[in-house]
Amino acid sequence: MSRLFPFHGGLKTVRHKTESNREAVRASALPPRLTVPLRQHIGAIAKPLVQAGDRVLKGQMIGQPDGYISAGVHAPTSGRVAAVEQRPVPHPSGLPDWCVVIDSDGEDRWIDRQPVDYRRLHPSELRNALRNAGVVGLGGAAFPSAVKLNLSGHCEHLQTLILNGAECEPWITCDDRIMRERAAEIVAGLDVMAHVLEPREVLIGIEDDKPEAIAAMTAACAETGYQVRPVPTRYPSGSVKQLVKLLTGKETPVDGLPVDVGVQCFNVATAYTIHRAVDFGEPVISRIVTVTGRVNQPQNIEALLGTPFAELVDQSGGYRDEIQRLIMGGPMMGFALHSDEVPVTKATNCILAAGAAELAPEQPAMPCIRCGACVDACPADLLPQQLYWHARAKEFDKAQDYHLFSCIECGCCSYVCPSRIPLVQYYRYAKNEIWAQEKEKQKAELARQRHQARQERLEREKQEREAKLRQKTPPRAEPVAEKPSIEAAVARAKPFPAPALDTIAETVNRSD
Amino acid sequence: MLVAVMALGMLAGASGLLLGFAAIRFKVEGDPIVEKIDAILPQTQCGQCGFAGCRPYAEAIAAGEADINQCPPGGENGIVALAELLGRDPKPLNPENGAEKPKMVALIDERNCIGCTLCIQACPVDAILGAAKHMHTVIARECTGCELCLPPCPVDCIQMTPIPQMIATWKWTYPVADAKTGPSVVEIEA
Repeated sequence: MSRLFPFHGGLKTVRHKTESNREAVRASALPPRLTVPLRQHIGAIAKPLVQAGDRVLKGQMIGQPDGYISAGVHAPTSGRVAAVEQRPVPHPSGLPDWCVVIDSDGEDRWIDRQPVDYRRLHPSELRNALRNAGVVGLGGAAFPSAVKLNLSGHCEHLQTLILNGAECEPWITCDDRIMRERAAEIVAGLDVMAHVLEPREVLIGIEDDKPEAIAAMTAACAETGYQVRPVPTRYPSGSVKQLVKLLTGKETPVDGLPVDVGVQCFNVATAYTIHRAVDFGEPVISRIVTVTGRVNQPQNIEALLGTPFAELVDQSGGYRDEIQRLIMGGPMMGFALHSDEVPVTKATNCILAAGAAELAPEQPAMPCIRCGACVDACPADLLPQQLYWHARAKEFDKAQDYHLFSCIECGCCSYVCPSRIPLVQYYRYAKNEIWAQEKEKQKAELARQRHQARQERLEREKQEREAKLRQKTPPRAEPVAEKPSIEAAVARAKPFPAPALDTIAETVNRSD
Repeated sequence: MLVAVMALGMLAGASGLLLGFAAIRFKVEGDPIVEKIDAILPQTQCGQCGFAGCRPYAEAIAAGEADINQCPPGGENGIVALAELLGRDPKPLNPENGAEKPKMVALIDERNCIGCTLCIQACPVDAILGAAKHMHTVIARECTGCELCLPPCPVDCIQMTPIPQMIATWKWTYPVADAKTGPSVVEIEA
């Protein structure tokens, strides 16, 4: 009954869960200043609703969702808005983005919270409420959950709803802790999802290296019909498509989503925030962050969104000896940060302070020896070596023929590569270039249309002008009367040198 | 022998009829190669190629009157794409037509604009908004960076500005052979 369908490839990584998962989640101290980015989700950036000088209350909406794929942003504490400006945000580029900077007043005063009864609400109203509450996937991708709670256009009936508690990245333990400590609340959030989606079965996938979490979730799911399914510890079982395959045996189509084959998947922490949003009227203003690696006291902290990373590192006892890189996310899929002054966002599941021991020894990439280790490791059933050749040669069409966009950037191929070729970087580069070219093409097409429209307009105007002129000039200007004068002019011009003649003839013609 | 000749003859005849029919039935109006070339060109309509816009240049290439290396905004990528389409060898950009440079957009210094409408008339994509004796402004999203509005301005109040890098348009760069920029962290199995 609880049969598993192992996915191809994957890795056994060294686990570093015990560093941070021994102690309960600690609430962060209230920082004096919070920098809340307006883009904390995939999709359109939220529209700022406040300006410098405004007073805000905890949970007050400060960024309005803009467009279908978007989510609200809220003040994590009460205080005064110091600025709405571009500030550094956690992003591989190190570029700034629009943020609302809030000076906390220390009172932490809530707005009037209004729980909703989801059983009485129309699904679209509930989705709207979740969108306004800023609920997004907390597994790291931060995709607006309201969009995922809408099946229209994908499938008629949802077969399986999956709750993702796999947490396969070697260092991250925030989902482990939330399942151990808040299992009942997660199940309450799951009830809301199940109410909207009406799935035939609900599965909770948890890697078997988290026995306490499995026990807690099993206990909380008693008498609900939800099934907890321990899955083998194998990276990347927490990736959506791989987990769907693992639990249901269904393959996600190349250019589709799991929901196209009747499966929808949410992170456990997302279920928790849905419960808080619906049953308590609390928008998403905090999340649990694993602070681990070379810090003196690795732990999980429930941090307000907008808290600087440096503050959380300080609360974890500060850096322990030399740090080479500060990483947001796990070591496999995370990215290096340019500074520790960037704020926690909804996508910040882990802050990893990496030293020399956690990093690969620095050595240049060697030539590919065609060993095929990457092919064996690829969980997406791709041919990484082929993709590498084409991405390296900038042959993007051919890379797409090998399904470049099915790559989940899990990093398994780079991990096993004996030549230490940064394979995933090539794929990211190729994907970005293809997107950029696509955008350029759209822009060029727009310019072409505008140019054409302008040409047509100029032509039309010219004709209109001529028509008007013809109407204005009465039949007085008869061609018969004009002809002799032209001929006379040409005759007069004859003694002049040839170029001048042309000019005069032209002038005459024009005055015609 | 005779049978073979007849069989081949009939086959040739039948093929000829079929091809003749196809030539009439599936006749293509216009020259599709012009469309294909035009689709590769960047549509800046800047005229740096020596023709009055991208389409005339595409027509000239198709007619063999212009070379494929006369489009600076299209740059090297554009030349390579054209070469591939036309089955020719790529060649470096003709320096007479200009140099490839990063994309810019025009910006009108609105304090100095006198509202003469000359730039509006020059803009090939109608990306400048304004009226006589009223301030003009460039719709940055529609601007192709062709620079055609610069010369007509009598008060020199139009400047080309680089497009600022933003998170939404940022790209991962081509990986260099350097472990420092390798995947963020790769852990060595103990």
